[in-house]
Amino acid sequence: MAWTREQMAERAAKELHDGYYVNLGIGIPTLVSNYIPQGMSVQLQSENGMLGFGPFPFEGEEDPDLINAGKQTVTELPTTSYFSSADSFAMIRGGHIDLSILGAMQVAENGDLANWMIPGKMVKGMGGAMDLVAGVKKVVVVMEHSAENEPKLLKRCTLPLTGAGVVDMVITDLGVFTIDKKSGGGMTLVELAPAVTLEEIRTKTAASYHVANTLQAN
Amino acid sequence: MKKVYPDAKAALAGLLKDGMVIMAGGFGLCGIPETLIKAIRDSGVKNLTVVSNNAGIDGVGLGLLLDTRQIKKMISSYVGENKTFAQHYLAGELEIEFNPQGTLAERIRTGGAGIPAFFTRTGAGTSIGEGKEEREFGGERYVMERGLVADLAIVHAWKGDTEGNLVYRKTARNFNPMMATAGKVTVAEVENLVELGRIDPDHIVTPGIFVKRIVHVPNAPKHIEQRTTRKRTDPAVPAGTGEEV
Repeated sequence: MAWTREQMAERAAKELHDGYYVNLGIGIPTLVSNYIPQGMSVQLQSENGMLGFGPFPFEGEEDPDLINAGKQTVTELPTTSYFSSADSFAMIRGGHIDLSILGAMQVAENGDLANWMIPGKMVKGMGGAMDLVAGVKKVVVVMEHSAENEPKLLKRCTLPLTGAGVVDMVITDLGVFTIDKKSGGGMTLVELAPAVTLEEIRTKTAASYHVANTLQAN
Repeated sequence: MKKVYPDAKAALAGLLKDGMVIMAGGFGLCGIPETLIKAIRDSGVKNLTVVSNNAGIDGVGLGLLLDTRQIKKMISSYVGENKTFAQHYLAGELEIEFNPQGTLAERIRTGGAGIPAFFTRTGAGTSIGEGKEEREFGGERYVMERGLVADLAIVHAWKGDTEGNLVYRKTARNFNPMMATAGKVTVAEVENLVELGRIDPDHIVTPGIFVKRIVHVPNAPKHIEQRTTRKRTDPAVPAGTGEEV
């Protein structure tokens, strides 16, 4: 049985470690904050200029000057700091953020990522995504395995790239892949969602990938 | 020299001309210099190139200048919230130059700091890097990006004194401090205008040297794009969660 959006977020939360500074993208990645283990210190960075943001405010306490990168009203914590966009991207580009979790339209077996533009259709812009994937230490993509029965894990991306050779891990509703982007070791299927078979993954994946030894018996 | 002007129109007098480049602070609708934007709309100046992270929403912020077609070109990182923008763009009536958000911030910071160009990994191997000079450092590809300056920068601050020293509030800071340094002329609107000595010099974010003119906007409108809240009865909720309303 494929993972739900919440289960994908829960799986992504296993990539968190105590003391991490983390940037979460919009959509399923935002849900990851629900699964930060009790007692683990994880500071969320919002690229509009805030480190350490708290839950949504109580009704009536919304502050127009206090929003996250998704333009949602949030609250501050005792750890919170505010800074300019230039300082924010110094954190991101300078490799000070430990983990970026974001969505994608396509990921290629070499770690290429496309998530910002569909030529002739979508003209929204990349926001901070290109800087995040270029500068953050570890990049985890959380996305549906296929879009309208078309595979999203490809040999090469067909959409304009957000970053070349930037993705370390892909969590889909069917399983988890790692990508050896630095040494060119390619993509490896390392986990399956419950009751998902290697055969199902094979038919729904256009990228080439290895299968981890631990999964060979499935 | 007196920096404080009685209203936004007076603060912009003599500064606006067709075809100029204007930087406008803000992220989404947070920390935007809306009173100054309205005065620019009322002036009728046109063929503007506007540098701003976003393009407002329909009828609010820079959306006002899109509705009146005073903007010829936007340099932004994300414009997804503005329907008028998409219509004008798809009809070929508006140019857009997308910059990655961090590259945009750094182009403005370096422009204001007198640095003509810098190298960044952001965009290497993508369409953003095409046609730009590349260098390899430590085995990685870097793209050369140019510093950015403007004829006029308009910024919004929470507090300012008569010397032009500025303090921002929470996430309304965003692009405002860099833009204040990168305008040939910078005009600041401030929610609270105070006498000299009323801001602790250790707390000043933008020193007054960068600000030529100030206007007091005590009743500046503020907007919320995504109003997200949690109920008071809820137990402790993890960061960034709650019920969308």
